[in-house]
This record gives sequence, C-alpha cells and structure tokens, in this order.
Amino acid sequence: MSDSHVSTLPAARHHHDPALLEQFDTIEQQKDVSQLGMWVFLITEIMFFGGLFAAYLIYRNLYNPAFVFASKSIAISYGAINTAVLICSSLTMAMAVHSAALGARKLLILFLVATLALGGVFLGIKAVEYHDKYVEHHIPGPNFDFNYERAENHEEVAPADVAAQTSIFFALYFAMTGMHALHMIIGVGILLVLIWRAHHGAYPPHHYTMVENFGLYWHFVDIIWIFLFPLLYLVSRSPVH
Amino acid sequence: MSTAIQTQALALPTDTYLNSSHGIKSWFLTKDHKRIGILYLVSISLFFLFGGTMASMIRLELLTPAGDLFQSDTYNKLFTMHGIVMVFFFLVPSIPATLGNFVLPIMIGARDLAFPKINLASWYIFIIGAIFTFSAIISGGVDTGWTFYTPLSTQYLTTHVVAAATGIMIAGFASIFTGLNFIVTVHRMRAPGMTWFRLPLFVWSHYAVSVVMVLATPVLAITLILVALERGLHIGIFNPQLGGDPVLFQHMFWFYSHPAVYIMILPGFGVISEIIPCFARKRIFGYAAVAFSSIAIAVFGFLVWAHHMFIAGVSTYSALIFSFVTFLVAIPSAIKVFNWTATLYKGSIHFDTPMLYALAFIGLFTIGGLTGLFLAAVGVDVHVTATYFVVAHFHYVMVGGMLVAYLAGLHFWWPKMTGRMYPEAPAKLSALITFIGFNLTFFPQFVLGYMGMPRRYHVYPPEFQVLNVLSTAGASVLAVGLLMPMFYMLWSLKYGAIAGNNPYRATGLEWQTTSPPPTHNFHETPIVTQDAYDYESETEEVEVVG
Repeated sequence: MSDSHVSTLPAARHHHDPALLEQFDTIEQQKDVSQLGMWVFLITEIMFFGGLFAAYLIYRNLYNPAFVFASKSIAISYGAINTAVLICSSLTMAMAVHSAALGARKLLILFLVATLALGGVFLGIKAVEYHDKYVEHHIPGPNFDFNYERAENHEEVAPADVAAQTSIFFALYFAMTGMHALHMIIGVGILLVLIWRAHHGAYPPHHYTMVENFGLYWHFVDIIWIFLFPLLYLVSRSPVH
Repeated sequence: MSTAIQTQALALPTDTYLNSSHGIKSWFLTKDHKRIGILYLVSISLFFLFGGTMASMIRLELLTPAGDLFQSDTYNKLFTMHGIVMVFFFLVPSIPATLGNFVLPIMIGARDLAFPKINLASWYIFIIGAIFTFSAIISGGVDTGWTFYTPLSTQYLTTHVVAAATGIMIAGFASIFTGLNFIVTVHRMRAPGMTWFRLPLFVWSHYAVSVVMVLATPVLAITLILVALERGLHIGIFNPQLGGDPVLFQHMFWFYSHPAVYIMILPGFGVISEIIPCFARKRIFGYAAVAFSSIAIAVFGFLVWAHHMFIAGVSTYSALIFSFVTFLVAIPSAIKVFNWTATLYKGSIHFDTPMLYALAFIGLFTIGGLTGLFLAAVGVDVHVTATYFVVAHFHYVMVGGMLVAYLAGLHFWWPKMTGRMYPEAPAKLSALITFIGFNLTFFPQFVLGYMGMPRRYHVYPPEFQVLNVLSTAGASVLAVGLLMPMFYMLWSLKYGAIAGNNPYRATGLEWQTTSPPPTHNFHETPIVTQDAYDYESETEEVEVVG
C-alpha cells in the first residue's frame, strides 16, 4: 500500500439499504450509473436503426419514382392514428414516471396500464396494416405484384420497371416498421413485468430508476416512429417536381 | 515493506476471489468480474484452438501447388470458419473480455463493473452465439468467407449462412454489453483521486475500444439481419435482380468491420502501454499523447471503411477521400510507437517474458501498420487487393499485434489472476519461438502477394511453392510457440512459484491488492494521490537500498 493512502469505506456502505447493490457506495451513484447505462444503450439503438435509415436514403435516391408510387399506396390514416396513439402513450409513460416520483402507487399502475393499452392499440393497427399489404400482394417475395388489382380499384398503375423497384421500398418498409414493432413488443413485455412489480410495491419514491429507464426506452421507440412516419408515409406525397 | 512482501510470498492469501465460494454454480452464476474474465478466458482459448486447427489445415493444403488434401469446397469452408472463429470468437473478445474484465475495475479502484449481471449475461450471450455458429460449422460449414459478401451469400450458396450469421449477430451483443459496461464503469466508478489523467493507459484504450464497440456493433447486427431476411424471404435489398445493391452490403459490413479492426488492436495498445514503462522502469513518454491517440484512432476508424472497397466500384472521389483518411490513421498509431520507443530510451530495461512479447509487438505492429499504408494508396491497393499481401498485412496486425499483445498481457497479469508465476525459462523460449515462427509464416506471404498469388485458392502455380513451403514451415514453428503457454500456464496453476502482490514492482492499483485479489478487490477503498507510471522515484529508492 505504499502508493496510496487508505481510507475506510464510505459510511453509506454500512447502512445496508437493501436496494443498494454491493458495487456502489451510495444510492445516488447507483441511480446515476443505471441512467448513464440506459443512455449508452439507446445510442447503440440509434446506430442499429441508423443502418436502415442509411439504406432508405440510398434507395430513395436511386429509385425516387418507385418510392413515390409505393409511399402513396400506403393508407395514411393508419399511420396518422398510430402516430397519435404513440404520442399519447409517451404522455402516459411520462405521467407514470411522475407518479412513481410522487410515490402514488395506484396512479403509477394506472398510467402503466394505459401505456400498455396504447402500445397494444398501436400493434393491433400495425397488424391490420400488414394484413392489407398481404392482401394487396405488397409483401416482397415471390408473390409480390405492385399493380395487383390496382386497375380494378381505379388506382394509378405503375410502369413495369417502377413497379418492380417498389419491392425495395416495401422491403425497407417491412424491415423498418418490423424492427420498430419488435421493439414495441419487447416494451410491452417489460411493461407487464413493471405493472406486476409495481403492484407489489417495488418502486418506492427513492428507488424507481427501473420505471424511469423504461420511460427512456419507450420514448426512444416513440421517436423512431416519429421519423418513420414521415419517411414512409408522408414525404413522397407532395407533387413530384 | 520488504519484509512484508517476503512473508506474503510464502503463502497464497487466504481470502481470494477463487476460494470465496465453491462449486459449479458459484462460477456459472457469478457476478464477479474476475470470475467472468476467467470464464471468457477458458472459452476463447478453446475457440482459438479450433480456429488454429483450421489454420494449420489451410497451411498444410498449401504445402503443394496441387489440391491434394481437400476439395475446393472444403477449402472454402476451412478458411471461412478460420476467419469467423478467429475474428468474432477470439480476437474481438480476446483482451477486453478477459484481461479487461479482470483488471479494469481493479485498476480504477472499483469493487466491480457497473453492471455485474449484464457482464455475466454478456458471457452467456457470447456462448449462445457460439452455439449457433458452431452448429452451422458442425452441420456442414459455411463457405462465404468471413465477410459474407452478397449476392454470393444471399443468392447462390446452399450452406448454413443464416445460422452462422445469427451466431455472429448474437455474439455482437456480448461485445456491446461489454463496451457499455466499461464506458459507464470508467465514468462513474473511479476511486477517489483517480482522475481521468491518472488513469492507466490500459483504461484509456479500453474506453476508446468500448466507444467503438457500442457504436459499430449495432450496424453489424442490422446488416446480418438484412442478410438473413434476404436469404429467407428474398426481400431483394441486396439482390441486383430485384433492384437491390450488393455494394451497399459491403458499405454496411465494413462500417462495422473496419472499426472492428480497432476493436481488436486498441486493447493491445493498452497492454503494451502498461508493460513498457514497468520493464523499462520509466514513466511513459507523453502520457496525454498516448491517451488521446487511442481516442483519435477510434474516431478515424469510423471514417475509413471504404478502403476495403477500392475495386468494388466506389467513385474515384470517394476513393481519394477514404484513402486520405486512411493515411491519417498512421499518425496516432505512429505516436504510440514513437512514445513507447522513447519510453525505452535510457530506461533500465528488464527482458522478462511480458517485455519480450511487448518488444515483439512494437516491431511486428510497425510492419503491419506500414504495409497498411501501401494498401491505403489506391494505386497499390488495386494491384494487391485480394492477394496474399493483404493476408500478410492483417496477420501482422492481428497475430503479430493483437495476439502477441494478448500473450504479453496474459503473462503480465497471470500472477495477479492466479497468485502464481508462470515458469520464466519456457515462457521466454515460447516468446522467441512465436516470434520466429510468426515471421517465417507471414513474411513470405508479402512476397507471394506482391508476385500476384490470390488468396482463397487451394491450388496455385508451381513457381509459388518455395515461399509457400517456407510459410507452412513457419506455421508449424508458430504452432509450437503458441501451444507451449497452454501447457506451462496450466502447470503453473499448481506448481508455479507464489508470486506475491507485486512481482514486477509495478505501479497501478491492481498491484496493491493481494494476488489473487479478494472478491471485492480491495479490503479498503484506495485513494489515489499520484499519476500513473510513477517508476522513477521508486527506482531511486531501490538504488539507495542496493
């Protein structure tokens, strides 16, 4: 021990707060650490979706007419309703975190259940949308046919080469919304655990980092959708110059 | 103080992380970063043996110009599996997950990493990934090359691409978790007085590597998911027949896999920066420059990926820019090499085994790095791309650099991990054999590549045979050098001399605790009052005593 002085452990170690993990000195440090960890995790998520956004950017430049056709073929109402649903779920999640901070257990559970319900609505609408795509033969693969029954439905028929290129748009559409939906499903799973644990009083006002971190995750998934909605549904609807 | 060391040297400490609890469960459910480091060490050693066996079969086939040992399909699978196992299951986790896991928290005076459970989870994820990839290997193998280039991997091959890619994607999350853990730990878990500029350079390099792991690995994950979707559902994103662009795959793949080269080499820099000052008995020359050069390499590493694609149809202008930025990487790399050399200048150099490996590292990494500059120049690169020149270049960096640094670090911290010294004479001998065998294996490959021998073929024109025989002979020498440590390290677990807390009189907090350390690393939280590598004041003391 020649190079450093020796101190005893900080007093907090000896209080035996059951919530304090053994590698930390204080509960503040523990909270700080788990929030920083969550932010770093969200950065990895940005890079994960970033690969898809880069692919979207490149193919949109390559096949702009096809992207315009394909984007216009998606029902904007589903996307718009889902955007509203997700923004509301972010509000209820923020309220849940606030309730946890206040120690209002019943309110916490109420808002978590509301978030869960809105997440379920989003996934339900997404499932309907995917089913429509299936019916329209807009799922990339051997059965893909962009112009399937479009003439019968009085929709503009795309030229054959453009119609073939729309397959790339739909590949990206399914990859991006599919990865987003997967994150929603994971979120719903964690929400169920949170509700069950909140019901058993696991998140007192001095120790609700888990709720707070999950809030960060939920808002992040929301923000990804806020980018997906205009890119996939809106941006090609303006007249082509 | 000296009497204290001598009494400690007679027996192993009684309260260590190794004997605090017993049984299989205490290992497989441990949250102790030291035990998890050991779990990783055992797993990657097994994977290294597997990858090395593949390599020896490749070298054996190349002994003669004819394809007399394997058919071309089998040969394709051999070099693919060698690459996949060595890159994703040995080199990427090698130093960070074993030595980093073990010593990084102790170096900063912490009781554990910030997230011990995530640390354990990372090992399980790593093993699950390995199970996927090895199941692909056992059920018939993969022959895409470790790069999974499309459309070969997505349209044409019938081998187990999806299982292998899934395994790599899963193992990628293990390295994301390790990186995340290190970043948060370095930010928030340092002992009182351990300021950023008192951190050992090992910690700086691990911080830089963690940033790269966290930013680059998710891109590999989404890329491999797209490859799997392309193969399974034919979504067309990389399929030119459906309008997809296979070169986009190369961009996304190298956006991870070039930074991954720095994931593999940066921790090696950290190890060398610890060993050189210790065995030269000098403070490191230019601490801040060495620290920031790690960060600079991590940053530049993200801006050079397309230098792997000069012949893949990238535009002349982007080739120029990527070439220029690639040249820039030489600056922080050279800063490190020059600073290590300057540290040696007028040092009192001790040629212990870790130092032998470290000196080998400096020479071999310099050759590997300089030949990288040949490849950064677009004109030369077009000539030697996909030849043995490239193979020799990256083996000089990956084996001559990273593997040698890993062995240096393993010998250096072995007494800390086990409480016992490795036997010095065979260790020195193995370092020498490794150095000779390595150069004999890979130097001829520079010449072969420059003469135009392409990589990934199991037959070659007879005029290349002499150099190939040299290379194969070198590989057998190298194999001896690499197998020796496995035996004497295991031997030393039982029969090695008891090391004591600080067998090398090294600075750094890890040398102040017992060997092996107790479960919580320190009996009292240390308070740091000095800069790292304070060797010179201590040398004077020794001289006065002597």
